[in-house]
Amino acid sequence: MAATIEAPELLVGQPIRRREDPKLMTGSGNFLDDIRLPGMSYAAILRSPVAHARITSIDTTKARNMPGVIGVFTGEDLADVNPLPCAWQAAGVENNVATPRLLALGEVRQVGDPIAVVVAESVYQANDALEGIEVDFEELQAVVDSREAVKPGAPQLHENAPNNIVMHWTCGADAETVDKALAGAEVRVSQSVANQRLIPTAMEPRGSVGLYEPATQEYTLWATSQAPHVHKLVVAAFVLGIPEQKIRVIAPDVGGGFGSKIFVYFDMPLVLWLSKALGRPVKFFEDRTENYLHTTHGRDHHTDIEIGATKDGKITALKVSTLANLGAYLSTVAPGVATTLYGRMVAGCYKIPNIHVDVKGVYTNTAMVDAYRGAGRPEATFVIERACDLVADATGVDPAEVRRRNFIQPADFPYDTGIGMLPYDSGNYVPALDLALQHAGYASLLEQQAARRANGGRKLLGIGVSSYVEVCGIAPSKWIGLSGEGWGAGLWESADVRVYLTGKVSVTSGSLPHGQGHETTFAQIVADRLGVPYDDIEIEHSDTKGTPFGFGSYGSRSLTVGGTAIYKSVDKVVEKAKLLAAHMLEAAPEDIVYENGKAWVKGSPDAVKTIQDIALQAHVAYDLPSGMEPGLEAVTYYDPPNCTFPFGTHVCVVEVDRDTGNVEIIKYVGVDDVGNVINPMIVDGQFHGGIAQGIAQALYEGAVYADNGELITATMNDYAIPKASMLPTYELDRTVTTTDVNPMGAKGAGEAGTIGSTPAVANAVVDALSHLGVKHLDMPYTPERVWRAMQNGNA
Amino acid sequence: MFPNQFEYQRPDSVQAAAGLLAADPDAKLLAGGHSLIPAMKLRLASPSSLVDLGGIEGLVGIDAAGTIAIGAMTTYAMLRDSRELSRVLPMVTDAADNVGDPAVQARGTLGGALAHSDPAADFTAIFLALNGSVDVTGTNGTRTIGADDLFVDLFTTALQPDEIITSVSFPAPDSGTGMAYEKFRHPASGYAVVGVAAVVTTGSDGNVASARIAITGAPSKATRASESEQLLQGKKLNDESIAAAAAAAANGLDINGDHFASEEYRRHLVGVLTGRALTRAAAGM
Repeated sequence: MAATIEAPELLVGQPIRRREDPKLMTGSGNFLDDIRLPGMSYAAILRSPVAHARITSIDTTKARNMPGVIGVFTGEDLADVNPLPCAWQAAGVENNVATPRLLALGEVRQVGDPIAVVVAESVYQANDALEGIEVDFEELQAVVDSREAVKPGAPQLHENAPNNIVMHWTCGADAETVDKALAGAEVRVSQSVANQRLIPTAMEPRGSVGLYEPATQEYTLWATSQAPHVHKLVVAAFVLGIPEQKIRVIAPDVGGGFGSKIFVYFDMPLVLWLSKALGRPVKFFEDRTENYLHTTHGRDHHTDIEIGATKDGKITALKVSTLANLGAYLSTVAPGVATTLYGRMVAGCYKIPNIHVDVKGVYTNTAMVDAYRGAGRPEATFVIERACDLVADATGVDPAEVRRRNFIQPADFPYDTGIGMLPYDSGNYVPALDLALQHAGYASLLEQQAARRANGGRKLLGIGVSSYVEVCGIAPSKWIGLSGEGWGAGLWESADVRVYLTGKVSVTSGSLPHGQGHETTFAQIVADRLGVPYDDIEIEHSDTKGTPFGFGSYGSRSLTVGGTAIYKSVDKVVEKAKLLAAHMLEAAPEDIVYENGKAWVKGSPDAVKTIQDIALQAHVAYDLPSGMEPGLEAVTYYDPPNCTFPFGTHVCVVEVDRDTGNVEIIKYVGVDDVGNVINPMIVDGQFHGGIAQGIAQALYEGAVYADNGELITATMNDYAIPKASMLPTYELDRTVTTTDVNPMGAKGAGEAGTIGSTPAVANAVVDALSHLGVKHLDMPYTPERVWRAMQNGNA
Repeated sequence: MFPNQFEYQRPDSVQAAAGLLAADPDAKLLAGGHSLIPAMKLRLASPSSLVDLGGIEGLVGIDAAGTIAIGAMTTYAMLRDSRELSRVLPMVTDAADNVGDPAVQARGTLGGALAHSDPAADFTAIFLALNGSVDVTGTNGTRTIGADDLFVDLFTTALQPDEIITSVSFPAPDSGTGMAYEKFRHPASGYAVVGVAAVVTTGSDGNVASARIAITGAPSKATRASESEQLLQGKKLNDESIAAAAAAAANGLDINGDHFASEEYRRHLVGVLTGRALTRAAAGM
């Protein structure tokens, strides 16, 4: 390269500090509850105190006359508004769909079901007036456990769902084939496991602000949203019947979501309806207990596992039968999580010849369950990784060795597991396992454990290994869509890259953040690819007015799908820039070299046109090539050809207090492979947060309902969110196996930490107790549960 | 998370505060507010008026020369950071560092904790084990209430409705005294699932001259483990006597259970933590 062309300093791969943080750290963010509109009014929701009842009467007279009250509405007032839709039903089977109305009409089915709304001049007055509404109920029996709900004689939630069954879905080989393989297996193990219900607990709860402007008949909705374009579409077309061009949805700064803000909630259409009815902007913002009661929960599976293996630990058959508790109604994508993202991933990292998966979705008188960080893959990984340890226990083969013997090999990729998932794109599982074992000091740990057991120490040592693969970058529209996996739309992303006259760059992205750092990561990609300074690039998002359509941020898809749309738009801009540069340099387009923001004729590097020169000419347009339009901008709608499949191995080491049952993690190693990494600091952050949530499932978190449907863990005083002091130091490393699914070779990192960690902790705790006869223990591993397991031996 | 409407008053003397309480039975004192305000936000408490003690001088401070006197509005953070206190009553600074989190420690007060008598509070047990006393002022004057008389039941004390704790006193420990507080934290609330405070003094003969052991978290109010105390009296403090005391610690206690920790498990923890507290106390003599 000639001397005048500087070597580029690539930003991709650099741990650049997040450009989002100064605003957030100085309290300058603009979150939902920061929004103040002239004439704002405030909505408060009267919620059901009982889990299952017929509403026999509602009297709002007193509330209407309380100070500051502008309006009080019940389900009767909204009877002609459609219920919320379910946008992802399980594919290929009948779904007995029952979705929530904006306000309950005639019947409530969970504690927290919205019954009435008060709108008042202040949020205090609105909440005071809730006490002025009188509701009479005829209480019905409630059922909260999916195993009880499917029994004959159980309370029935919906007329169209006999035995409370939403759907019955299967995948893999037929059951008889797998039964035969199990029957013929040298070693056969069966185990029932629970994957307990979790409450997502984003730092910011949910809320909505609605504004209707009569003069233009336009609606604006501000919402704590992971998917504003989808919320616009659904609220307009499916719930309220508003012309889609008349509604604008804005996600302001969003304080985390972990999946819970993907979905369409009652308050989104409600605040718009109220604003039109009352002629005032209306704000609703849930408090933490409302968030716990009524925003979606995650997991809640009861699963029977049967696994067959050879005496040397090769898995020959796997049969999985799961009851997925989906709550009182179907949330937006709930059936798809329990099927496509769960059932089709139970093979994990392993070549297993005979797999049958059976999933029943179940209604209960509990909060709706939908995608929560990992969404199906944590449940699948928990099943297969506990199964591997059960095989190890039954065969006497070391758990790490069981995994190694069953891994899909590098030459097998792309690999089809035979249970309906897209082929795994690429992988190399052994190096990640070896590196994790090496960092953990696995051999030495086994010796320490043997020594402690021999000495009868009061601190039991447990070592847990979890190898995982997950599906990211969802998804090719043709595969995931209605004709395939049942998703009611596509899953592409779009981006527009615009170079201004001054050479500064705006990217409008359909993909958006709710805490991840999209602005930083996306700007790194554009800076390198277009060759403009990082600070010259603005990433715009989260407002449906001004950004192209996007399906939202979930499924670790923002970089691999949304980022690829940006990458391809940059390439289109560069192509046009080269054409214009050729014209400016009086050369043939095919002779133009474009690197690092500069164009020159091959062999003549001294005559350079910068992207800034080119952008100026593109906009003033005094001298464009014949037929070229002014401007320098490109849009891409990108539909991925496959999903991506990151993987890794986590090793957790615990000490269990023999006297109290308390579990302490004394070492945590994660070796992950997410392909190429754009910003390693952000990826590390994703793993730190993800592992924290995964550890929390194993040790701390669990939503508990009383038999009558009361949520016992309805506040943070009872539901244990991990504090920093309750978590270990993470020792993280990476291997890099790229993918050809997208041009960046990146696989996605948002959920892998959560997926890999929970089974590692679970396996460690069970391992610590294994010499006492414990083969399995359900989570969370509260001190009492562990103490009882030690008292009882096999639990 | 929106409390009912309430009045707010900020008197400048204890007498004035007592007068406000006497005039309005639904008024509540506001000290650190870290129990009261959350209860109000959940509308579990709806006082007509808050009487803020923050404007009254003389309720904050630690005097550790001789009898230890601590102002009722002294925060956990002040207890935690007091070097002179850590020399004479190390259990107090240690426990203060284990209350809630730094935000709670910065606002929560010693007097507030004792007056609230939360069944899972730490300092109720500390106070009982250290044989403290509180000076209180009401409209009828002042009086002193001893440790064994203050806690009546769940969230209930011997304070009259118009009485305010002004200071908390602890006798200076005799030489040969060891003390320790063992806490099993609830992972969500940070409160004690079970907490055991043990204060043991041995005489010149090496035998236990006095032992006070107080349990929190398990019973409905901080309660002494009387049987364990008696078992230790006159004995050498060693593994054997500690084990015997630990085994008896839950005897006679009415123990609560919930979904996180059953009565049986809490009973077990009372024994384990009593043993640990006594072992640490013995090591600190």
